[in-house]
Amino acid sequence: MSITDASNAGPPLSVRLRSQLGGYGFLLPWLLGFVVLTLGPAVSSFYLSLTDFGLMGPANWVGAENYVRIASDDPRFWTAMRVTFTFVLLSVPLKLMFALAIAVALNKGLRGLTVFRAIFYLPSLVGGSVAIAVLWRQVFAGDGVLNQVLAALFGYEGPSWISNPSTSLYTLVLLAAWQFGSSMIIFLAGLRQIPQDMYEAASIDGASRSRQFFKITLPLLTPVIFFNAVILTIDAFKAFTSAFVVSDGSGGPIDTTLFYTLYLYQEAFTNFRFGYASALAWVLVVIIAIFTALSFMSAKYWVHYDD
Amino acid sequence: MTTLALKQVQKRYGAVEVIRGVDLQIGSGEFVVFVGPSGCGKSTLLRMIAGLEPISGGELAIGGARMNEKAASERGIAMVFQSYALYPHMSVYKNMSFGLETMRMPKPEIDKRVRKAAEILQITPLLERKPKQLSGGQRQRVAIGRAIVRDPKIFLFDEPLSNLDAELRVQTRVEIAKLHADIGATMIYVTHDQVEAMTLADRIVVLRAGRIEQQGSPLEIYNKPVNRFVAGFIGSPKMNFLDVSVVGRRDDGVVIGLAGADVAVPLVERAKIGATLGLGVRPEHIRANGAGGTHLGTLTITHIEHLGGQTIVYGRLPDKQALIVAMEGQTLLNTGETLSVSIAPEHCHLFDADGRRLAD
Repeated sequence: MSITDASNAGPPLSVRLRSQLGGYGFLLPWLLGFVVLTLGPAVSSFYLSLTDFGLMGPANWVGAENYVRIASDDPRFWTAMRVTFTFVLLSVPLKLMFALAIAVALNKGLRGLTVFRAIFYLPSLVGGSVAIAVLWRQVFAGDGVLNQVLAALFGYEGPSWISNPSTSLYTLVLLAAWQFGSSMIIFLAGLRQIPQDMYEAASIDGASRSRQFFKITLPLLTPVIFFNAVILTIDAFKAFTSAFVVSDGSGGPIDTTLFYTLYLYQEAFTNFRFGYASALAWVLVVIIAIFTALSFMSAKYWVHYDD
Repeated sequence: MTTLALKQVQKRYGAVEVIRGVDLQIGSGEFVVFVGPSGCGKSTLLRMIAGLEPISGGELAIGGARMNEKAASERGIAMVFQSYALYPHMSVYKNMSFGLETMRMPKPEIDKRVRKAAEILQITPLLERKPKQLSGGQRQRVAIGRAIVRDPKIFLFDEPLSNLDAELRVQTRVEIAKLHADIGATMIYVTHDQVEAMTLADRIVVLRAGRIEQQGSPLEIYNKPVNRFVAGFIGSPKMNFLDVSVVGRRDDGVVIGLAGADVAVPLVERAKIGATLGLGVRPEHIRANGAGGTHLGTLTITHIEHLGGQTIVYGRLPDKQALIVAMEGQTLLNTGETLSVSIAPEHCHLFDADGRRLAD
């Protein structure tokens, strides 16, 4: 009887701890980084969002005042929201379509597939960098490459796409769409997962290529589309570098490229209102959370999981 | 009436020849089974008929019309895949109606066909389910249903039972045979399982390395295999092959020396005295304990399988050649014991050095 009891209880606590210590040891570098660089700043920013902290002076407790001001008395917040939502709603579908189209083209068993895959992936590696944003500014400037090409081909005198308020945001949408590489790689992997005999059955059923795409490929790819859409949406809400570089940090012309994170950055590092900027950051967290939750709720209506 | 004709059909992948000039005629309503070891080309041949693999040479005709260049959907065939290939995101009903909708058939007609097929296969209660909610056997029926609604001239089955467990495999086998009897369509069925081939086929086509080795009714193939390959492939447990030499000639055959005994075997063809031949005897044609026939010698038992209704005895003859004996009923024999065995000459098959069967 006593033997059974002992085996039910397992080894003594100290022995179990010691055996688990190794595992925690390996976890430690990541855990340290997470606590110091992510969790710590997150918690302290939430605290700061409830104060009037600037760079100088102490942080005075103001309660929900920052949040109230964001909602009721900050026209630039609403401008930033409008710009950011426009950017998200345009760039995410565009990027998805680009990524899927290229992935489908590359999935045809092309010769030199790996080379093309690398070439198409390249913009995603460098596209988020400052250097590319600088290049983008050159391309879409008044005397930029695009206008030179337009002038040479059609004799069309293009505007400065970047400093024109009606086109400035769209140049950034294009820059984002150009970075479709990582979604494309995931789409390619998803396409490879669809069994070939599904298409063979469909071809015996007489389905044309396009019917096969819309009735077989697309539905079976919905889990991957969903995953990509969620990731891209979160990324788009957080987009910063391109707008910062292209507009010289101003969000101009006349706030047409004032991305949410750019506005947040200006409040923190130009106006030194860290408390207020922290509140803006938490509002963005909530917006992204709501969007993601809505996506997951919608998933059961359009995402087909095999098993 | 011929429904399908293959004339010198070939399939090449680069320099590799997979199907090497196959000639075959299949009659209307016939149930033909392609059987052979893996890699023999049986599935490739079926896929060429289906239109899923281009034909490298020769001609395929269905209903008298050349089909080589026709798309799969225009050949009047339907196919049941080994994996079933059901569309996972569509209901059973949609899986069955997809092809008909693609044809732009009127909705009421589609509905009529789907419901009729569902009734035949007894899957009406499952019509609204998704494939993942079905068991393996139910998926199999849906896959067959998808073929039936197309009302094809020819049904193609690619190893349709290999994903089912043993019991369900037997049950579905019977149902496919019944389906064939009921709807009377031409069926071509690929399998590596010779029991499926024997039980289902009107005609078995045995393939090896891209060539037809033999075609004929199941019993023809079983009783008169044209060569050692077919003889060994069809039948379970496998036919015994023993090395023998011709020791004498008679008017109606030859006398062979086997494990010290002389056996007279009827034969039409002449064989030289001294020639080495292969003697094939099926395990069930070997008799134990002096139950008639020509005495072969004493078998030393190395292994026994008790199947209940039958006992399979594995052993060695005095000259060390291996022999399998299938005995009816149950025995109390044990490994290490001996068994006196004999054969009936009329059940002997003789093969020459190239494996060709000598005519008897």
